[in-house]
Amino acid sequence: MNKKIDFTLNGKAVSRDVPTHRLLLDLLRDEIGATGTKEGCGTGDCGACTVMMNGKPVNSCLILSGELAGADIVTIEGLKIGAELHAVQKAFVQDGGAQCGYCTPGMLMMSKALLDSNNNPSEEEIRYALSGNLCRCTGYAKIVQAVQDAAAMLRSKNP
Amino acid sequence: MKRTEAFDFYQPATLQEASQLLKDNGPGGRFLAGGTDLVIAMKEKGLLPKYIVDLKRVPGLSGIRENSDGSIAIGALTTLYTIETSALIKKKYPFLAQSAAEVGSIQIRNRATIGGNISNASPSADTSPALVALGVTATIASASGERKIPVEEFFKGPGQSVMNADEILTEITIPKTAANLVGEYIKFSPREMMDLAYVGVAAVYNLAADKKCTGVRIVLGAVAPTPIRAKRAEAVLEGQILSEALAEKAGQTAAEEAKPISDVRSSADYRRAMVGTMTKRALLNAATGPAKSWYDRRDRRY
Ligand SMILES: Cc1cc2nc3c(=O)[nH]c(=O)nc-3n(C[C@H](O)[C@H](O)[C@H](O)COP(=O)(O)OP(=O)(O)OC[C@H]3O[C@@H](n4cnc5c(N)ncnc54)[C@H](O)[C@@H]3O)c2cc1C
Ligand code: FES
Ligand code: FES
Repeated sequence: MNKKIDFTLNGKAVSRDVPTHRLLLDLLRDEIGATGTKEGCGTGDCGACTVMMNGKPVNSCLILSGELAGADIVTIEGLKIGAELHAVQKAFVQDGGAQCGYCTPGMLMMSKALLDSNNNPSEEEIRYALSGNLCRCTGYAKIVQAVQDAAAMLRSKNP
Repeated sequence: MKRTEAFDFYQPATLQEASQLLKDNGPGGRFLAGGTDLVIAMKEKGLLPKYIVDLKRVPGLSGIRENSDGSIAIGALTTLYTIETSALIKKKYPFLAQSAAEVGSIQIRNRATIGGNISNASPSADTSPALVALGVTATIASASGERKIPVEEFFKGPGQSVMNADEILTEITIPKTAANLVGEYIKFSPREMMDLAYVGVAAVYNLAADKKCTGVRIVLGAVAPTPIRAKRAEAVLEGQILSEALAEKAGQTAAEEAKPISDVRSSADYRRAMVGTMTKRALLNAATGPAKSWYDRRDRRY
């Protein structure tokens, strides 16, 4: 069954005829061509597919397109503010928070979600927030460091 | 990873309409809440629904409300993240907030609902032991009316409950409890995060100033086809002064009452032994107050 769906993607209105059973992840990657969002497991375990839906981080591999009417979706492609990278992106680059990079879009979306509500998280709070994001490369230490540094950048911008 | 296959998709705006859709369209339909169990069932377990009825556009099914009689109502579509972070739940029933926080990741809990956790009727569902321990009532509605049933009587087996296909879980109600009620939920799993319980234990009781325990409820998850009360273990502590020796004895009794199976996660023997240990710790932890942080919650299991 197809359905005409209006939603917002990275601040732009989208109006499309979509199969209601299409996963949001596949809609983004295969139909819209926004391939920044990754599929790791497809079962909600790894967080590589994390996007923001109505301001909240969710796993796009478990969301049916039929539900999207009126939704506000932000993906990794929408994280940059104008020409400038978001603080979490800058900090991941600076600290070596990415190696192969496969988990990185999800890590960045989840880190941004954390910093949206807490601009001075402890290591424990960072590890808690990122517990649904798997990384097989970094060992997480540099990711935690990057989130702390991103938080410091955000604090110095909006003290 | 397998993809979901085509189905009809409805987004009714009222409960009546939602229930009627299941009646009119016959077997093969499923209600959708957060989809964290349903979509997994379609992708991994070969579930092929003919049609899906999304409950998220029905108004009034989510939110947490304190009633004038002191009871608390939680809408079935309330997300687990909302419960985990609710100031009211954290203050009155920190162990319930904790049990919600044990589910999956923040991304999962932003979608997963309490109604879905119950309706899915998994023996290892993390919120069920605390809900049974609190004596929670479930409100179930269909086009032909509404009924209320204690959550303790809701589950019939793995994936099975008292609900008919056209019935919708709309709300759960926590009855008014004593001001000195304390509790703890321990999820025991080998990974700290993103794993299912080998054993789940909720312990709840009223704790008097002299440490006398009354209204003791001990509920075990993941060690029987449904969450079960360990009634003989409850009796060990009922009316007694809490001590380590008594908590130990209650734990051993609960271990005898568990009916665990062996599976990929754990052997039955190990599960049974862990019921004893975790019940003891849940009883003792409850008396010391809620965990201060995630690390604290982790460390005091051991
Ligand atoms: C990666 C991952 C990790 C997880 N970890 C855990 C965990 O640690 N602990 C745990 O307990 N669970 C876990 N789960 C399972 C799941 O997230 C929870 O059971 C969740 O609460 C289900 O809620 P939902 O809203 O997503 O339900 P859905 O998937 O939408 O629905 C589940 C079932 O219940 C029915 N249903 C839903 N709502 C209603 C209603 N109001 N009335 C009638 N029927 C209804 C649906 O038809 C469906 O059959 C995990 C899942 C994933 C994907
Ligand atoms: S691809 Fe969605 S969580 Fe792994
Ligand atoms: S950088 Fe390779 S998976 Fe994280």
